[in-house]
Amino acid sequence: MADLRDLYQEVILEHSKQPRNYRELGDANHQAEGYNPLCGDHFTVYLKMDGEKIQDVSFQGSGCAISKASASMMTQSVKGKTLAEAEKIFERFHKLVTGAGHNGDQEELGKLAVFSGVSEFPVRVKCATLAWHTLHAALQGKQETISTE
Amino acid sequence: MTTAANTYTDFGPSPAAAHAGYDVQRVRRDFPILAQKVHGKPLVYLDNAATTQKPQQVLDAIIRYYSEENSNVHRGVHLLSERATEAYERARGVAQRFLNAARPEEIIFVRGTTEAINLVAQTYGRHNVAAGDEIIITAMEHHSNIVPWQMLCQEKGARLRVVPINDRGDLILEEYEKLLGPKTRLVALGHVSNALGTINPVRRIVELAHQQGVPVLVDGAQAAPRLKVDVRELDADFYAFSGHKIYGPTGIGVLYGKTSLLDAMPPYQGGGDMISSVTFEKTLYNKLPHKFEAGTPHMEGAIGLGAALEYVSRLGIENITAHEQEVLAYATEQVSAVPGVRLIGTAREKTGVLSFVLEPIHPHDIGTILDQEGIAIRTGHHCAQPVMQRFGVPATARASFGLYNTREEVDALVRGLNKVREVFA
Repeated sequence: MADLRDLYQEVILEHSKQPRNYRELGDANHQAEGYNPLCGDHFTVYLKMDGEKIQDVSFQGSGCAISKASASMMTQSVKGKTLAEAEKIFERFHKLVTGAGHNGDQEELGKLAVFSGVSEFPVRVKCATLAWHTLHAALQGKQETISTE
Repeated sequence: MTTAANTYTDFGPSPAAAHAGYDVQRVRRDFPILAQKVHGKPLVYLDNAATTQKPQQVLDAIIRYYSEENSNVHRGVHLLSERATEAYERARGVAQRFLNAARPEEIIFVRGTTEAINLVAQTYGRHNVAAGDEIIITAMEHHSNIVPWQMLCQEKGARLRVVPINDRGDLILEEYEKLLGPKTRLVALGHVSNALGTINPVRRIVELAHQQGVPVLVDGAQAAPRLKVDVRELDADFYAFSGHKIYGPTGIGVLYGKTSLLDAMPPYQGGGDMISSVTFEKTLYNKLPHKFEAGTPHMEGAIGLGAALEYVSRLGIENITAHEQEVLAYATEQVSAVPGVRLIGTAREKTGVLSFVLEPIHPHDIGTILDQEGIAIRTGHHCAQPVMQRFGVPATARASFGLYNTREEVDALVRGLNKVREVFA
C-alpha cells in the first residue's frame, strides 16, 4: 500500500506552505502559463535568460500542495543552470515521478528526490510535473497556455 | 443487525414517517461492490453525483438479457427478436411510468443526459432558433447544459443569457423574469445542481416561461435519482436523465419530450430503425419514438435501466428522498463543524450534494488523503467551471450521497477530514 507520508513529505509540505521564488519577475524575458484542467491548477513561470543561462526564475499561481511544492523546488534547482541542464533535470525528474527512473537519477536530482513517492500515486504525476512542463514551454519561448490534458 | 429506524433514533429528531421502514443495511447488501475494501479500508463511496453503483437486480437483468433474450430489436420475425423487442419496449414503459409521461412514445432512449441535450439543441434548436434569438440557461449549469447551447448560438448568431445565482447558490428569480422576453426561444436548466445541490423551482420556472410561450428543457441528471419527478406536474417540455446516475448502466439515458414538440422536430441522426421507407430519392421517417433512435440501440442498457428504475420504485423514491435528506442534513452539520471547512452551496432547498473547501488545503490533496482512508469523493470543478468562478474557488471537494449511504459513512468522512488536517498541520 502506498504510504501518504511518502507523498506528503515534510519538505514538500513546507514548500507548499511557503513557496520559494513566488513572485512575478519584473524583468522576465520569457514566461509561460501552465494549466491542469482536471483540478484547476494554474501557474505562470517567469524566466530571465542570459543567453543560454537561467539567470533568474520565479512562479505564481494556485494549485495543490504537490504542484506548488514542485514549482517552488523547481525554481531553486534550475536557477543558474543552462537551458540544456534544466531540460536534463526535467527529464530525470519526469522519470522519477513516473517510476521509470534509476537509483542513480535520484542522487543526481538531489533535493528533488523527495518527489519519488509521487510514482505510487499515478493521478498526481500531472500535479508534480505541471510547473516543469510550463518551464519547458517558457524555455522554448512558447507563449500559449500549456495544458496537462 | 442495526435497523435503519434504530440507527436514526440515535440522532436527533425521528425520521419522517415516509421512510420509517427504510432499511439501509439491507439495501446495501443489494450492491456487491460496496462490500469491498479500498487501500485496506472499507469502501465509503461518496461520489454518487458522478456515478452510482449498481444493485444485483440490474446486473441480473443484463445477464438474463444476454443469456436468454439477445437479438436485434424491431426487425426479426424469430422468437429471440420478439423477446428482445419486448424487453426493450418494456423498459420504455418503465421509464414512462417513472416520469409519469403521458405516452411511451415520449421516451427516447439516448446515451445519457449529454446526448439528450445535444439532440434537442441540434433538432429543436436548429429548427427554431435564428439570429438575434435568445436561449436562457442558469449560472449553475453543468458544462453539458452550457456547451450545446453555446454551439447552437454560435451557429445561428443567437445569444445565450444566463440567470445569475446568489451567494447561497439559489437562482435569482427576478433576474430570470427580466431575461424572459419576446426573443427567448428556449429555457434550459438543471433540476438539481451537481456542484451545489440546489433544487431549482422548476414548476415556477416552467410556468413563467409558458406564459411567454417558451418551452423548457430540464436537465434531470441529479434530480431523477433523488426526487419524485412528474413531467406532467412540472409541465416540462423536455426532461433528460442518465441511467448510470440512477443505479443503472452507463451509455443509456432518457430524453422525455412532449409529443407535439417531438413530432414537429426533424430527426437527429440518420440510419436504420429511424426510417419507414428509403429510396435514393426520398426517405420517410419512422414514427415516434423510433424517429430519434437511429441504428441498433443500446438494448442491454435500456433493459438495465428499466431494472434500475424498477429497483428505485420498489424502494420508493419518496423513501429515498427522505433517507438522503437525513444523511445530507447530518453530513452538513458534521462536516461544517470541522475547523476550516466552508460549504459551497447553501441553498434553501438542497439535495444529495455537499460541496466544500478546507482552506488552505487544495481539494486535490483532500481527495488523495481520503482515498487512502477508503473514502471516494470528487474533487475538482465538477464540470461546472462557471460555478467555481462564481464562488471564487478553483475547485471544491464534493461528497455526494446515494440511497445506500449511512451516517456511519459520514462519520468516516469527518474522521478522514481530520486526518487531512493532521497531515497538513
